[in-house]
Amino acid sequence: MRPATPPCATDDYDLAIIGAGVVGCAVARRFALAGAKVVVIEKGSDILSGASKANSAILHTGFDAPPDSLELELVKAGRAEYLADRESLGLSLVETGALVCAWTPEEAGRLEAIAAQGHANGVEGLTLMTASQARATVPGLSGRLVAALEVRDEHIIDPWTAPLAYLTQAVALGARLLRQAELLAGRYEGGWHLTTSAGDIRARAAVNAAGLYGDEVDRRLGFAPDFEIRPRKGQFVVLDKAAFGHVPRILLPVPTEITKGVVVCPTAFGNVLIGPTAEEQDDRVRATVEREALEALLARGAQIVPALAAIPVTAVYAGLRPATEKKHYRVTTRPEQRAITLGGIRSTGLSAALGLAQHALRLHDAFGLPARPRVDPPPVTLPNLTETGARDWQQPGHGEIVCHCELVTRREIEAAFDSTVPPGDFGGLRRRTRAGMGRCQGFYCNARLAEMSRGRLAVPLAVEDRDEA
Amino acid sequence: MNDADVIVIGGGPAGIAAAVELRRAGVPRVMLLDREPQLGGATRHCSHSPFGMREFGRVYLGAAYGRRLTAEATRAGVDVRTGHSVVRLDEGGRLDIATPEGLGTLTARRILVATGARERPRAARLISGDRPVGVVTTGTLQSYVAFHGLMPFTRPLIVGSELVSLSALLTCLGHGARPVAMAEPFPQALAGAPFSWFPALARVPFHRGTELVDIRGTGRVEAATLRHGDGRLETLACDGVLLTGRFTPESALFLASPVGLDPGSAGPAVDQDGRTLDPVCFAAGNLLRAVETGGWSFREGQAVGRALARDLAADPCATAPIPVGFEEPIKLVVPSLLRPTGQKAALADFQLRVTRAVRGRLSLELDGREVWATVRQFLPERRILVPIPPAAFAAGSVRFRLRENV
Repeated sequence: MRPATPPCATDDYDLAIIGAGVVGCAVARRFALAGAKVVVIEKGSDILSGASKANSAILHTGFDAPPDSLELELVKAGRAEYLADRESLGLSLVETGALVCAWTPEEAGRLEAIAAQGHANGVEGLTLMTASQARATVPGLSGRLVAALEVRDEHIIDPWTAPLAYLTQAVALGARLLRQAELLAGRYEGGWHLTTSAGDIRARAAVNAAGLYGDEVDRRLGFAPDFEIRPRKGQFVVLDKAAFGHVPRILLPVPTEITKGVVVCPTAFGNVLIGPTAEEQDDRVRATVEREALEALLARGAQIVPALAAIPVTAVYAGLRPATEKKHYRVTTRPEQRAITLGGIRSTGLSAALGLAQHALRLHDAFGLPARPRVDPPPVTLPNLTETGARDWQQPGHGEIVCHCELVTRREIEAAFDSTVPPGDFGGLRRRTRAGMGRCQGFYCNARLAEMSRGRLAVPLAVEDRDEA
Repeated sequence: MNDADVIVIGGGPAGIAAAVELRRAGVPRVMLLDREPQLGGATRHCSHSPFGMREFGRVYLGAAYGRRLTAEATRAGVDVRTGHSVVRLDEGGRLDIATPEGLGTLTARRILVATGARERPRAARLISGDRPVGVVTTGTLQSYVAFHGLMPFTRPLIVGSELVSLSALLTCLGHGARPVAMAEPFPQALAGAPFSWFPALARVPFHRGTELVDIRGTGRVEAATLRHGDGRLETLACDGVLLTGRFTPESALFLASPVGLDPGSAGPAVDQDGRTLDPVCFAAGNLLRAVETGGWSFREGQAVGRALARDLAADPCATAPIPVGFEEPIKLVVPSLLRPTGQKAALADFQLRVTRAVRGRLSLELDGREVWATVRQFLPERRILVPIPPAAFAAGSVRFRLRENV
């Protein structure tokens, strides 16, 4: 059984957003707050099922963004809004700061220029450090460290609850989420007529936030896309929570022209992350993990913080970033057709999403559509999943602990299924609750989750009808 | 005032046996904590392994054994508390717990941890491929069946050739699933003889020296690719991957505590009585070394329980432990510490395992002098027992060596 898709509405929307990744969710919220009637069309069985499900969860400052770029402007605006609206949206923030670590004299020689660019980008709290100064803040750092640049305000967030909060607020304001709804074709005739695999939609304007399919969705909307998605795969290793004490800050490499490189950083959930790799590929669906790459990441992590060599692996994952043939964001507005494409949001989407949403609304304002009255943001309460706030297992009346590794309660899992934007697949349930995300990876709780999620997930954990299968 | 004389964490065979033994030895207040709603540990879902022959003189299957253990604990006057999760193990006999009613702290003169073992999941094995639904371990499969009447797949590929792998195969066959193949990366079956006939009888191809190199599937598992010993790749259509064995101690409490883990066993380092580096904290059962049978764990729990009852008569042991040395291809030695106490040891033997199939000479040296040796083939995941010589407690250095025949 699949989750019920509501019958498709024939009424008009002010805005159709294609893609429920972090950018689509943020755009939905911004337009809903502006009084617009919004529909979000998502191909996957849950939100965040493309590029947004796998990232390093850093809330960037923009210190290393290209100067005077749209990316820099939107990272800063997005971050500012994230911090300003943290309380009302219940957003997490683990104030770790970062160290850009130089491992050779050559790299150390570049730190000053990176700091200068950061200053020019308007980022404060940049301090050049000797190796011993840096190791005073992260004692586990390898003795091979040559020098470091402290970036005081690079922090860690929960990368899944934040976009869920954006969309939850939008849905509370009347926005509609259509899942398992692939955009098949669109034509503009004074308004958008969109054909999706879940029915037809009419909307006054459209935002393409389709991430890995950004160019393809532009084509389906009848446009010649002005960029080409070249998926870049990133594999990650998540280490056991025992690693957390060794990595109190984000440890960044000195970046190269191609990539920001392998990061070792704490997660909001109390683990340590090593990654990503950066591998160009044509496939937009498969994001495989590969033993050799994972072993290389583990080896790299242990070079940076030697104590990590003894820490067990909790999880591995891989994601695709919607890179293009150029480095910068590929934002296109087509006022004649009232369409905005937010393309090529390759690695800073989590930080810039709220800024991209503001930008999309500004571009939309130029379309000359009648403005609707703005509305007050309804409060959003999602469970705190991070180690920095109070967790549900600490509060009486949770029923029982279902996932022992991550201490996820029955009450939390039931609440996720009863929530405004309930999980549509197992990945979505994991991202909303952390159930099964811990060191045993479901050895103890997976069967229980199969029972609790019966009839609620697009791909059920249990084979539902053995004769049929 | 402490909450108990001894708090036992984990209500599987080892924990229950220890708690019952402590009560029989006259320890007044023994508390047994388990995070699940019922006692029994892994035996609750092991429907194929017979339990209880040696300890109770009759055979129990799965949950019935857990019920018998529970009855034993209750009859012995153990204060059994289920639904109690220990979230932190402090030094000095202090625990932080979480229950549905809220948080708490418990203290005792001694703690005994018996949290068992689990199979290593896909992530920790660094298996390549997609990450679809349908990749589970034997324990998970058996929980589906035993607790919920569900199945996670109908045509799985089974990886592994330990005893548990046969149990996994039986569970599949008994619940309408047809495994497409069984694959073992080592050149021979780890559980030996049964693999020469059992999979064939069930008409499931068994491949030795064959590694799982890719899993495909966007939602559910769709296919798995094997690399055979000759390098040939074979892709099998299947709807699940069943990862069996490769047990690892469920040692999270120690990982996060100052006591830490033994790098060999991945459980806490213990001495011959099950005493960890924190002398008020003991450990027993599969937490010490993955993995032994329920019956083995039961007897080990009894023995450590007896030693613990003796230990309570005096102050916590202040003797500095002597580490037991070893190197690759020896994977682990339990106990990996020795403390001369002048008492009968709970563990009569050193238990060893190797990392890979090795033919060679295994020897024990005390102060550089060989006191014991054997020459034979050693297989991974198989038990090797070496009696602990009394002289070991007087030695300044204790070391195992394994020299391979070339």
